[in-house]
Amino acid sequence: MIKRAHFKAPLLPYLLIFPQILVTLTFFYWPAVHGIAQSMMISNPFGGRDQWVWFDNFKDLFTDPLYLKSVGITLGFSAATALTALLLGLFIASQANRALRAKAAIRTLLIWPYAVAPAISGILWLFLLHPNYGVVAFFLKRTLGIDWNPILNGTDALVLIIVASAWKQISYNFVFFLAGFQAIPHSLIEAAAMDGAGPTRRFWAIIFPLLSPTLFFLMVMNIIYAFFDTFGVIHTITQGGPGGMTTTLVYKVYKDGFVGLNLGSSAAQSVVLMALIILITVLQFKYVERKVQYAG
Amino acid sequence: MVEKTPILDLLTYIFLALGICIVGFPIFYALIAATLPLEMVSQVPMPLFFGDQFWVNIQAAWQKGNLGTLLLNSFIMASGITFGKICVSMLGAFSIVYFDYRLRSVAFASVFCTLMLPVEVRILPTYEMAANLFSPLQAMVELLHIEALVGWFLQNDIQIRLELSLLDSYPGLILPLVASATCTFLFRQFYLTVPEELCEAAKMDGATPMLFLRKILFPLSKTNIAALVVIEFVYGWNQYLWPLLITTRREMTTAVIGLQHLIPDVDDVPDWNVALAGALIVMLPPVLVVLFMQRWFVKGLVEREK
Repeated sequence: MIKRAHFKAPLLPYLLIFPQILVTLTFFYWPAVHGIAQSMMISNPFGGRDQWVWFDNFKDLFTDPLYLKSVGITLGFSAATALTALLLGLFIASQANRALRAKAAIRTLLIWPYAVAPAISGILWLFLLHPNYGVVAFFLKRTLGIDWNPILNGTDALVLIIVASAWKQISYNFVFFLAGFQAIPHSLIEAAAMDGAGPTRRFWAIIFPLLSPTLFFLMVMNIIYAFFDTFGVIHTITQGGPGGMTTTLVYKVYKDGFVGLNLGSSAAQSVVLMALIILITVLQFKYVERKVQYAG
Repeated sequence: MVEKTPILDLLTYIFLALGICIVGFPIFYALIAATLPLEMVSQVPMPLFFGDQFWVNIQAAWQKGNLGTLLLNSFIMASGITFGKICVSMLGAFSIVYFDYRLRSVAFASVFCTLMLPVEVRILPTYEMAANLFSPLQAMVELLHIEALVGWFLQNDIQIRLELSLLDSYPGLILPLVASATCTFLFRQFYLTVPEELCEAAKMDGATPMLFLRKILFPLSKTNIAALVVIEFVYGWNQYLWPLLITTRREMTTAVIGLQHLIPDVDDVPDWNVALAGALIVMLPPVLVVLFMQRWFVKGLVEREK
């Protein structure tokens, strides 16, 4: 879209957009193209010529049990993280929307974890859930008899990174849900109440449908967050272990490529992730268009 | 409220208090741990009262983690990203919205597509690019056999090596992160809501495009910029993957990454009080920014959705 009243200049618009194009070409497009090319090559670790192998890296990837395991872990981890953060965010926002007093204070107390880095959230929760020193681990053992040990047990480690990642995201979801709640016209709810609909009925019949665009948007954002932004949590507290149980796809790209120097495989994994995020973005924008019609 | 139900209202506040406790507990617990001496923090369960060792632990963390240097790095990186992103996006969006030129839609599409290329999906090639900014030129040199050509021309064997590395440098930490589709979209969205009459009037008065940007658009976008400053500062401060890749020397990394060295291993002395004191120091700047600029923060966050 362009403004009806606009300027005409031969050189200026190019100059204005130049920094952005320069940075995107250098650090986005060239690396992406390079990565795609690399995903079809096997590089020689001792220098020398790379070998062009077409789709062999992808074939190897999808027959590699470790990669398939990582796919499964990532899906489970993302679903659990997104669901936990969404449900808690929705619940707290619905309560905050009902509260009449101390609204500003409540909001302040709930939004600051947004500013905490995922890696730091990981450290805080590692301390709470530490097998030797963690208070939560201690009570788990004493009351439920669970021998909790995220340092040795893979499942426990996975639960730990889910909790640490979801905790940080609650406040993000809270902000959006609260804005969503406040955008719902009060007259609708009052009319429904007058017709005899109780709180539960009102929630499912009016609030939930009107909230669904927010919900969809947040679902996408939470899944992207769980896929990509949780790298810091994993790198800081579990390093993908124990036994690869917390190696998500992004962490595996980093580990195979940067630590293991298996460039071809790492590039192929990157390309798979690229395809995935393109899919998510396209879906999101298709939905955004529908949302515009819905509003109008 | 629609109905007067005291029990439901009471429940609301109870649930809210519970929610605030869940959200706040990790920090509260870390605060207590950071004030205790080592022998108390390693008790299980740890005593739940504030000790008097807070300052000692902070100093220990500051020294052990080299936090002075790392916090400065984080600060430079976060401010650089914030400033760079806002400048680049503001000018880019101005170009896309207020000018008619041939490659306008190409420019817009190329900015849009960066949405689909977060750093996490191009880890290695971006690193290689930053390690040598001239690598595309080098590739071209090799592809066109310029070496052989020049060598033949000069009757001599020569080697062409083009190198400019961004590793372990502030530009390396900042530059790859200053291009942002979301930020450009936000400015574009805002410019589209600016009344047409303003531009018409400015043109009629003979204002140049840059004067219009400076005197009219910029003052109008001040609240948007404030919102972006909060979000981008937090984003920049909390970056993890990119600084991890681009820095090799310990004193060039950021504070968030440096914290990893403070976490005690299973066999080490369990000085969690020091580790958590460090974590508290490092998370303080972005938390303060969010708390003090809450109004703009919420506005900016919610507006990104559109």
